[in-house]
Amino acid sequence: MRAAPHARWAAAVAALVLAVAGCGSGGGAAGGAVLSSSWGDPQNPLEPANTNEVQGGKVLDMVFRGLKRYDPRTGRAANMVARSIDTTDSQHFTVRLKDGWTFSNGEKVTARSFVDAWNYGASLRNNQKNAYFFGYIAGYDKVHPASGRQSAGTLSGLKVVDDRTFTITLGQKFSGFPDTLGYAAFAPLPRAFFTDHARWLDKPVGNGPYAIASYTKGSAMYLRKWAAYPGPDKAQNDGVTLQVYTDNNTAYTDVLAGNLDLVDDVPANQLKNVRTDLDGRYLNTPAGIIQTLAFPYYDRKWNTSGARKVRTGLSMAIDRRQITHTLFRDTRTPATDWTSPVLGAAGGYRAGLCGHACDYDPGQARKLIQEGGGIPGGRLRITYNADTGSHKEWVDAVCNSINNALGNDQACVGNPIGTFADFRNQIGRHRMPGPFRAGWQMDYPLIQNFLQPLYYTGASSNDGKWSNKQFDRLVDQANAATDTATAVRLFQQAEGVVRDNMAAIPLWYQNGSAGYTDRLSHVALNPFSVPVYDRIKVG
Amino acid sequence: MGRYVARRLLQMVPVFFGATLLIFLMVNVMGDPVAGLCGERACDPATAAQLKREFGLDKPLWQQYATYMGNVFTGDFGTAFNGQKVTDLMATAFPVTVRLTIVAILFEIVVGITLGVVTGLRRGRPADTTVLVLTLVVISVPIFVTGLLLQLLLGVRWGWIRPSVPPEATFTQLLVPGLVLASVSLAYVTRLTRTSIAENLRSDYVRTAVAKGLPRRRVVTRHLLRNSLIPVVTFIGTDIGALMGGAILTERIFNIHGVGYQLYQGILRQNAQTVVGFVTVLVLVFLIANLLVDLLYAVLDPRIRYA
Repeated sequence: MRAAPHARWAAAVAALVLAVAGCGSGGGAAGGAVLSSSWGDPQNPLEPANTNEVQGGKVLDMVFRGLKRYDPRTGRAANMVARSIDTTDSQHFTVRLKDGWTFSNGEKVTARSFVDAWNYGASLRNNQKNAYFFGYIAGYDKVHPASGRQSAGTLSGLKVVDDRTFTITLGQKFSGFPDTLGYAAFAPLPRAFFTDHARWLDKPVGNGPYAIASYTKGSAMYLRKWAAYPGPDKAQNDGVTLQVYTDNNTAYTDVLAGNLDLVDDVPANQLKNVRTDLDGRYLNTPAGIIQTLAFPYYDRKWNTSGARKVRTGLSMAIDRRQITHTLFRDTRTPATDWTSPVLGAAGGYRAGLCGHACDYDPGQARKLIQEGGGIPGGRLRITYNADTGSHKEWVDAVCNSINNALGNDQACVGNPIGTFADFRNQIGRHRMPGPFRAGWQMDYPLIQNFLQPLYYTGASSNDGKWSNKQFDRLVDQANAATDTATAVRLFQQAEGVVRDNMAAIPLWYQNGSAGYTDRLSHVALNPFSVPVYDRIKVG
Repeated sequence: MGRYVARRLLQMVPVFFGATLLIFLMVNVMGDPVAGLCGERACDPATAAQLKREFGLDKPLWQQYATYMGNVFTGDFGTAFNGQKVTDLMATAFPVTVRLTIVAILFEIVVGITLGVVTGLRRGRPADTTVLVLTLVVISVPIFVTGLLLQLLLGVRWGWIRPSVPPEATFTQLLVPGLVLASVSLAYVTRLTRTSIAENLRSDYVRTAVAKGLPRRRVVTRHLLRNSLIPVVTFIGTDIGALMGGAILTERIFNIHGVGYQLYQGILRQNAQTVVGFVTVLVLVFLIANLLVDLLYAVLDPRIRYA
């Protein structure tokens, strides 16, 4: 039998393959009032100052409580761990902490927990992607210089006074500063974060209503209610299991089958049926997200007074109402200013600030574009990334709307770019051939956050390099104002400058969406479009 | 035989280097990966520069490739942007995909070959025509349609299965995804076997075997099937590599966290380390599967010998 040795060989290989394949990992959540929710794999390690997207933010929101917390319903900042944050000049702040806060490993939350965490976040050597949030604090340029080595390890503007008091000195006046402190990057950190960093990353420990029971990177995280949580917002359920989904459509199907309790961000192609599918267990609430079209002001063609008219004309050529209604099924609302309704009137949102320039008026649009010398370069190319969201659909719709208004099939075309990374890359290199998609999700609910990072000269997200002295001056004045009402009024004046120049075309405000099974009640989304897990009741 | 294997293994070396170099170049053409890490804003230049230095992206490309290959041979496949070692990612992803592939291949072998034999022996009869039409339907419908349809029917309408596969992904949980993944190949295997059987049915050695008075069962399994399997084995062998790398769609539909998921994630985030690492392993799998197929020929047909 010549064949026998070969056969044995093949059998051995097959056995080996089976052995390799056999080692699956066990898992599964504990019983009780635990809910499961859809999740995406966080892009960065789960450090507070290194998390800049919603999926990682979801976890941080459950595991950490900062000095302030934004009310899940109104978005208003209220003291959490802080007892008071006082200032007389909007530049020097004294922070006093409440007594009784601890981390879930028993360690006390002290002034040092905050100061050490912020110093870590700001320091260049730690590669924290949210480091610029500490940029207002004095001494930032020493620990995080724009180029070269850092000359200090800690921020000179932070001083621990005693266990429950520390002071903050800013590099400039910023009246809204205390209200930014609810952002995740400002969370306190326990000593274990610094002493055994790798282990902390495997299972982060914080001071929030939930504690992480187990974390399998890339597939699931199980968060258990922390029974001894000292804060006022104790979890109303026993825990949350976050399950990673590659595709939200699968998560949605799982909710339909009762296999998953909660899916946030219902996929666009399911919106048509969602109300009947889920029998009303569907949320569609405003979030602090605005979509705009930004322009490349580094390209001289777009930086003329004629181009200003063209931009206003283009804005009037877009039928926002029809696009948001038919394409997005009212999960987005036509924008009439450059902020977001979640700010509320007191917070600086002003409906209709854009005025007639954001109304659909094809006749006026044609006229303005003609007066402004026509579309620079003869043809509008709207650049977007085609890998996520339904960007292709709305860019095509916007172009259709513009083409119809101008009576020219060739006036506007989409310019897709394969991946988000490449899109950002080309923006960074100033390679935009015309307007480009610009989405902004607020970091904290302040009007300042919708204006300064986007339109201030040289700001971190001012991708079109727009620059206007009057705008900059008004923003500086607003930041220096000591009372909120004055600051908001000055910011709105600055927003008026954005409008008069049509620095970016506002398109629509985006809603957050979620669907859930009948096991859950009291489900709500906060202004950051993240489910408010601690209030959800199971069963 | 030994010399043949050695020669084949040596031939793999240039293929391996060529393939990895190509992938490395392709991933790098996509542009600067650090740009996508900071959300809707530019990374501050100091952090971006430091990240590039840490990932070695500031070096010239040839040097990056040399360093990378050097590390690969010491078992270090680098680190993904989320701080996980690529080898850790592989350790979680490959077992899942291997299980999925085994399920798929078993479907191809058991169902595909059985149907092929049955139809091959009953050529022109109703059973044959029915199966032919069915395979035609399966081949012409895109795999994501089959997948989504089965998911909706079995998972939501009838509630027979979970629509998604839980993280542990055991063999039983992978039955339906495996069937979806195998569906197109299964149809091809059926058709290949059928043709092959039908052709060999008229050959001299089968007539001889029948004339000798051998029982029909023995004629079919020992003589007919063994000789007819050569093209089928080639197909299934090359399919192993294709199934493992090409499971992206199926893995996405059923939320399976295997190789396809990691590759998709790696490409979206322009994570060169992940993509090159996974594809390198896939290239190896492909090469070895091909070698095994060639060796299997000798098992099936004693006339084929390697020297």
